[in-house]
Amino acid sequence: MKITTQSLCGTMVKEIAAISGENVAKCYQCGKCTAACPVNMAMDILPHQVLRFLQLGLVEAVLNCNTIWICASCFTCAGRCPRGVDLPGVMEALRAILLRKRGFSRFKAGDMPRVLNKGMPEQGIVSGFRKYTK
Amino acid sequence: MRFSYYPGCTLKTTAAVLENSALKAARALGIELLEQEEWQCCGAVFPLTVDEIAPFLSSVRSLAAAKDTGEKLVTLCAACHHVLKRANHVMKTDKDVCNKANNYLQLPDQYRGGTEVIHYLELLRDELGFSALAQKVKKPLTGQKIAAFYGCLLLRPPAVMQFDNAENPSIMEDFLRTLGATAVDYPYRTECCGVYLSVQNEEIVAGMVEKIINSALRHGAEAIVDACPLCHYNLLELQQKTTHGKLTLPVYYFTELLEEALGLEDRAEEKMAI
Ligand code: SF4
Ligand code: SF4
Repeated sequence: MKITTQSLCGTMVKEIAAISGENVAKCYQCGKCTAACPVNMAMDILPHQVLRFLQLGLVEAVLNCNTIWICASCFTCAGRCPRGVDLPGVMEALRAILLRKRGFSRFKAGDMPRVLNKGMPEQGIVSGFRKYTK
Repeated sequence: MRFSYYPGCTLKTTAAVLENSALKAARALGIELLEQEEWQCCGAVFPLTVDEIAPFLSSVRSLAAAKDTGEKLVTLCAACHHVLKRANHVMKTDKDVCNKANNYLQLPDQYRGGTEVIHYLELLRDELGFSALAQKVKKPLTGQKIAAFYGCLLLRPPAVMQFDNAENPSIMEDFLRTLGATAVDYPYRTECCGVYLSVQNEEIVAGMVEKIINSALRHGAEAIVDACPLCHYNLLELQQKTTHGKLTLPVYYFTELLEEALGLEDRAEEKMAI
C-alpha cells in the first residue's frame, strides 16, 4: 500500500504538513533519529514513533505526549536522517497547533524572575518565549 | 579588512565578555567590525514553521542593510548566526516567502539573499587566515589542554549552515592549535547542551551537561571553550548542579583565549582558581 499525505486520515496531518513543510509519509522507520536524539531518555514517545503515530493518523496521542516539549530543536536527527525528514520542523508544527489554537502557554511572564535570577542569558529567555508561548 | 557586524541582545548584556573580547581582538588584528546601526533581536531561535514570515523579518532587515554597504555580515553569537544564516537561505531559495517579506518590509531595494553571513570563527579562518593569526600570537597557550565545544547551532542543519563537517568538525581545534594550545579530542564535542530546555527542565539539561563535561575531563581537558551564550550558561551553571557547586572544568568563550594569546588580557582569575 502506498501511503501519501492525501490518503492519511484527518485534516490534522495535512495541517502539520502545511505548518512544517514536511511530509511525514517520507519516514521509513529506520530509527536513526531516535538513536541520534540526545534527549530520548526523557521522552514518552520516541522521535521515530512520533512519525509513525502521525503516519497512522494518531495525532491526538502525539499532541498529548511530552516529547514535543522535550525536543530541543538540536537538528541532530534531521542531519542524519537518510530520508531527509525535517523532524524538528514536525515537532515545531505540533507545538504550534497547541500554542496557536488551544491556548497552551508553558512559559509565562511570571516565570521571568526565577530564570533571570539564575543569570539565564537573554537568548535563553527569548527562546523560552518563542518555543513555549504564542 | 572591513565588515558589517551584528551583535545581538545577549552580547550587550549577559554575554558582554564574549563581545568585548572579540572586538578587542579584532582591533588588534586590524579587522574593522562596524556594528549595524539599527539591528533588532534575531528572535533567538529560527522559526521552523513555514507558514508565517513575521519571526524572521528582523533578520531580513539586518541582511538587507549589510547588502547596502556591500560588506559581509559578521556574527558572533552562535544563535544569531544560526538565525541570520538560515533566514538568508530562505530568502535565497524560497521565492514565495522572499516576495512576501519584501512586500511587507517595503525596502528601498528588493532583498533576495545577496548578503554573505559569516561567523567570527569563519572570519578568522577564511578572511584573515589561521596562519596570519598565528603570527600575531604573543603569548602562546603552550601546554594548555583545551576542549572545544561546538554545540548545535553553528553546525546544523549541515546543508544550510555549511560551517564545517557537521559530524567531525575541526575549525575550533584548528583555532586552538593556532593559539598554541593542545586541542582535546572527545566524543561529546558536537552534542547538544540542552539549550533552552534549562528554562523548564533543568534536571534534563544538567544530565546532558554532566556527560559533556565528564567526557572532556576523561580525555584530559583542563578547560572547555564555546561560542554560544546559552551553551556557556548551561555548561557553567548546570555543571555546578551535579557537582554540588564545584566547578570541575572551567568554561570560556573562545574569544577569551584569543584575547589572552594576543597578549591583550589575562583570563578572569576566579574561573582559573580550581
Ligand atoms: S531517521 Fe528519518 S527515516 Fe529514519 S525513522 Fe527517523 S525520520 Fe524516519
Ligand atoms: S531535534 Fe529534537 S527529536 Fe531531533 S535529535 Fe534533537 S531533540 Fe531529538
